[in-house]
Amino acid sequence: MGIVQIIVVIAILVLLVKPVGTYLYNVFSGEANRTDRIFGGIERGIFKLGGLSRREGMSWKKYALSFLATNVALVAFGYLVLRLQGALPLNPSGIGRMEESLTFNTVVSFMTNTNLQHYSGETGLSYLSQIIVITMLMFTSAASGFSVAAAFVRGITGQKSLGNFFEDFVKAHTRIFLPAALFLTLVLVALQVPQTLKPTMEVATLEGGTQQIAIGPVASLESIKHLGTNGGGFFGANSAHPFENPSPLTNVIEILAMWTLPASLPYMYGLFARNKRQGWGVFAAMMTLFVLLLSLNYYAEMKGNPQITAMGVDVSQGSMEGKEVRFGVPQSALFTAVTTAATTGSVNNMHDTQTPLGSITPLALMMLNNVFGGKGVGLMNMLMYAILAVFLCGLMVGRTPEFLGRKIEAREMKLVAVAILIHPLIILAPTAAAFLTDLGQGSISNPGYHGLTQVLYEYVSSAANNGSGFEGLADNTVFWNVTTGVVMLLGRYVSIIALLAVAGSLMKKQPVPETIGTFRTDNGLFTGILIGTVLIIGALTFLPVIVLGPIAEHLTLW
Amino acid sequence: MSKVEKKKLLTGPILRGAVKDSFIKLNPVTMMKNPVMFVVELGTLIVLLMVLAPGYFGAEDAVGFNIAVLVILLFTVLFANFAEALAEGRGKAQADTLKKTKQDIAANKLSSGGIKVVSSSELRKGDIVVVSQGELIPGDGEVIEGLASVDESAITGESAPVIKEAGGDFNSVTGGTRVVSDEIKVRITSEPGESFLDRMISLVEGAKRQKTPNEIALNTLLISLTIIFLIVVVTLRPIAAYLNVDLEIPVLIALLVCLIPTTIGGLLSAIGIAGMDRVTQFNVLAMSGKAVEAAGDINTMILDKTGTITFGNRMASEFIPAGGAGEEEVAVWAAVSSIKDETPEGRSVLELAKRLGYSYDFGLADQGEFIEFRAETRMSGLDLADGRKVRKGAVDSIKAWVNAQGGSVPENLETLSSGIAGKGGTPLAVAVDSTIYGLIYLKDTVKPGMKERFDELRKMGIRTIMCTGDNPLTAATIAAEAGVDGFIAESTPENKIEVIRREQQEGKLVAMTGDGTNDAPALAQADVGLAMNSGTTAAKEAANMVDLDSDPSKIIEVVAIGKQLLMTRGALTTFSISNDIAKYFAIIPAMFTLAIPQMERLNIMGLGSPSSAILSALIFNAIIIPLLIPLAMKGVSYKPMSSTSLLRRNIFVYGLGGIIVPFLGIKLIDLMVSLWI
Repeated sequence: MGIVQIIVVIAILVLLVKPVGTYLYNVFSGEANRTDRIFGGIERGIFKLGGLSRREGMSWKKYALSFLATNVALVAFGYLVLRLQGALPLNPSGIGRMEESLTFNTVVSFMTNTNLQHYSGETGLSYLSQIIVITMLMFTSAASGFSVAAAFVRGITGQKSLGNFFEDFVKAHTRIFLPAALFLTLVLVALQVPQTLKPTMEVATLEGGTQQIAIGPVASLESIKHLGTNGGGFFGANSAHPFENPSPLTNVIEILAMWTLPASLPYMYGLFARNKRQGWGVFAAMMTLFVLLLSLNYYAEMKGNPQITAMGVDVSQGSMEGKEVRFGVPQSALFTAVTTAATTGSVNNMHDTQTPLGSITPLALMMLNNVFGGKGVGLMNMLMYAILAVFLCGLMVGRTPEFLGRKIEAREMKLVAVAILIHPLIILAPTAAAFLTDLGQGSISNPGYHGLTQVLYEYVSSAANNGSGFEGLADNTVFWNVTTGVVMLLGRYVSIIALLAVAGSLMKKQPVPETIGTFRTDNGLFTGILIGTVLIIGALTFLPVIVLGPIAEHLTLW
Repeated sequence: MSKVEKKKLLTGPILRGAVKDSFIKLNPVTMMKNPVMFVVELGTLIVLLMVLAPGYFGAEDAVGFNIAVLVILLFTVLFANFAEALAEGRGKAQADTLKKTKQDIAANKLSSGGIKVVSSSELRKGDIVVVSQGELIPGDGEVIEGLASVDESAITGESAPVIKEAGGDFNSVTGGTRVVSDEIKVRITSEPGESFLDRMISLVEGAKRQKTPNEIALNTLLISLTIIFLIVVVTLRPIAAYLNVDLEIPVLIALLVCLIPTTIGGLLSAIGIAGMDRVTQFNVLAMSGKAVEAAGDINTMILDKTGTITFGNRMASEFIPAGGAGEEEVAVWAAVSSIKDETPEGRSVLELAKRLGYSYDFGLADQGEFIEFRAETRMSGLDLADGRKVRKGAVDSIKAWVNAQGGSVPENLETLSSGIAGKGGTPLAVAVDSTIYGLIYLKDTVKPGMKERFDELRKMGIRTIMCTGDNPLTAATIAAEAGVDGFIAESTPENKIEVIRREQQEGKLVAMTGDGTNDAPALAQADVGLAMNSGTTAAKEAANMVDLDSDPSKIIEVVAIGKQLLMTRGALTTFSISNDIAKYFAIIPAMFTLAIPQMERLNIMGLGSPSSAILSALIFNAIIIPLLIPLAMKGVSYKPMSSTSLLRRNIFVYGLGGIIVPFLGIKLIDLMVSLWI
């Protein structure tokens, strides 16, 4: 029965890919289409206000610079508001200013679409901060990611230019995130998710005591949290909290909300490449890796923990420690896999309490960071692996490797090398550093193999801009706030800029016409090669730490 | 190709030289050019220090293990150096042979006061020398006066002398070749040290070898993989230390060396050198490795019809009777007229008659008198002893000759002959005295096997375009027969450039061959230009390859070699990276088992002990390099087929093979190593 639930959700997703992917193509291709009539007016107004009446195509440098400048401005704004929130309106619960390193971490976390939360939403943020910083950054970071992904796809598929960042950025809001979030908010409100500006409720309990129940504008945050693969919850307990995710139905809706857009991007890419099979090939590679890792989690969680079984606990439902009874193992496993694949980082169960083997799934999906992935970045990373696969295997057909008709040469390989190197570097180096210092080691709540996984998870989640917490780590200290903040920044911007440069360089190349001698990237063989490359280059790098963490824990438990 | 097989792949001196060189190359300054192997060398040095001063590192109880690691690491570096030295050695051996040719030659320099004997090293561009029978030509130049046959075997290996004459496309001579008859005046065209021979020596020696763009890109990838694994290994120690798992430095170095792509890193330059070498063995001189790689990427090939696709001379292909005669009569009289005819046309008539099974009286010729072909008469033949006159020749001339003797012309002759002309052939009429028996159909014949070659090219995705001065009708006939994809009739050298530019604008890479001065601009424009050694200096300068045998159809093989070079590089890279899976499974459990005994369950290969597992993986990693040297030198086998089938095959062999082979290899080595420890 559990497997059927999972299959149904995956089937719905697959059905959504084509229409949503086509819509995304219409948004970013710039070709005139019906949706212009609905959104064109508002957009023209915004462009006029922003002095963007002439929206010319940008070079990759200009595009990257516009992207960075916009992000810097938003970070500065967010930092100021959080530091001053105590004195600003819409603060019925009287929450004070946020500490410096935590503010840095929080703002960076939301701007990089990570949403690692070292604060607790109920007590750390005013309603104003929740709305104009947290929710605003959730929109803009997702739109930024989408824009660069669109630019990257335009570059490698040889469009006229990478496009105009500001136009993409505005369109991502007006045509994708705002309407979708509005719709989803209404759906969630209808399904009992609270949406209010009233202060924390104080209720009398049956025992006669009083209890504080935190409420607030939850539904609006919840919708963009998933649509934008942000993941930062309104409450500390995130999507496990009954106000954020009250029922199995909302659970499925939230899964699809965070999954559909990233999963549709490969289809959009296929449309840009004028060869849908290119898109489906990438999608198939992503889905294969996803199903493999999801199966691992489901299998491990259903099998449970032998030490708990030994205590005489009924494990017929699988390992329920840290899981919500209303979701059970199947809905929890699927949520875990989707939230780490799509780098959302919301959680509906505690990853810390998953079985050791089960916890490999979220770790591995974030280490790969290209199985669907966060807003746009997942597709970019997967295409980067495609370029790598083409380079490695393309030589075997006896030609200089070509991807979509463009030669992969030294310049592209240098940039791809930067993008590939950065991920293991910013995960492994700080993990090692954390173990070398008391500042890092001191926060571990659960020493031994599990403690190693806690630390590793924290940096993997930051580097992949996922933001889910393994939890159990006392992470609101200057050390963790600063190191994870830096990791999030590097994890987001280094690879995006390097890959935009790749796109800029490929776009300028004279395309080579396809012949029977050309290395094909639109068939099953290439999908297999792509999966192999991701596993050998992307996954083997992390094998030693995985062996020392979850696998060692597993081996010592059984 | 027969020459190529005669050259032995390896000889004693080359091997001995390579062994010596592999030690010389241990010099860190040299090693730094190959960052992957440089990392291995650094690791070797660290382990060496630990062996020399175990007390300082607290490694007293692991001296035996460390020595074993040290030896294996050292051999890993030496094997990689050996591969490179071996590839270089073969080039050097060739260069030495060439250097023997390049000796000081006495030159008869023509100066105002007459002829002065000077040393060839004193000759400058523009000097004029006289070379007589038996003398060596002192430098590269152009014949400005006279005609001579020249033995170029020193350079081409071809023993038959070639004719060189002033003017035209056969006026260039190469220094070091010998005049075997007559006398010529040569204007020197190169300064000392810049001659063709000098360039050839430096090319085969690999002295000026520069990394090709593809090699640079691949190197970037290998370096980044090395850095990634460096990060993995360096961070592993503190992370493991948190778990109280103490990882010894030699073990970490062993892991690092196994993971970084040493196999391809060690063989990469050997593959490049050997690829160039294969081209040279094939008697084609490539000016750069880039040109050889570009050959692999060719999309369009422009070939001259005459000499490349066809033999260039017209051959008899059919006997067509006219009037009341039968085929046999035409064949017999055509053969009789050709008995003493030494021209290729005449030979081909005899061959055709023989092939068709017609016999004729050979004795007729002995008594008869041969009438040679002359421009005025446009016919040739035999005056037989019995007084009969046999002739073959241009249809109009024969008609006039027959009419003059009072004979009549068969009515259908005109129709038949224009039919042949219409198909692009040349008709020759055959007559005895006043009777015309019929026609010989002379055809420009496509070289045997060309159609299959073009089919192969098509399978590789290469389009062939034939250039010919013929009229469109003739061109179409030959094009259809040869199976080329397109043709340009009535083409001039100028059209060739246009075609090349047009193709290049579509993003295609174009290869062409040529020999004349007027081909030079097109040769320069093409991505791969193959000039004939017999051609002019201008053509050779413009091209990026020179075929010493002057066989234009070789361009097809050059493309195959280019593809093979890239494939070998890709196959060994894939193999090298796929090997990591097995090495991980061997080393990771071994590393941790001492501190975490449960890790033994990951020892799926059932390796003897942690130390034997690590040593076995390391040994496998080392010996795979020399085992793959033959493959790196010969190149992976290549048959023309579509890219998808090619890829499927290579992925199966080198990708899947790369995953499985080390599992078997490491297990096997472990069985032996376990006997000792």
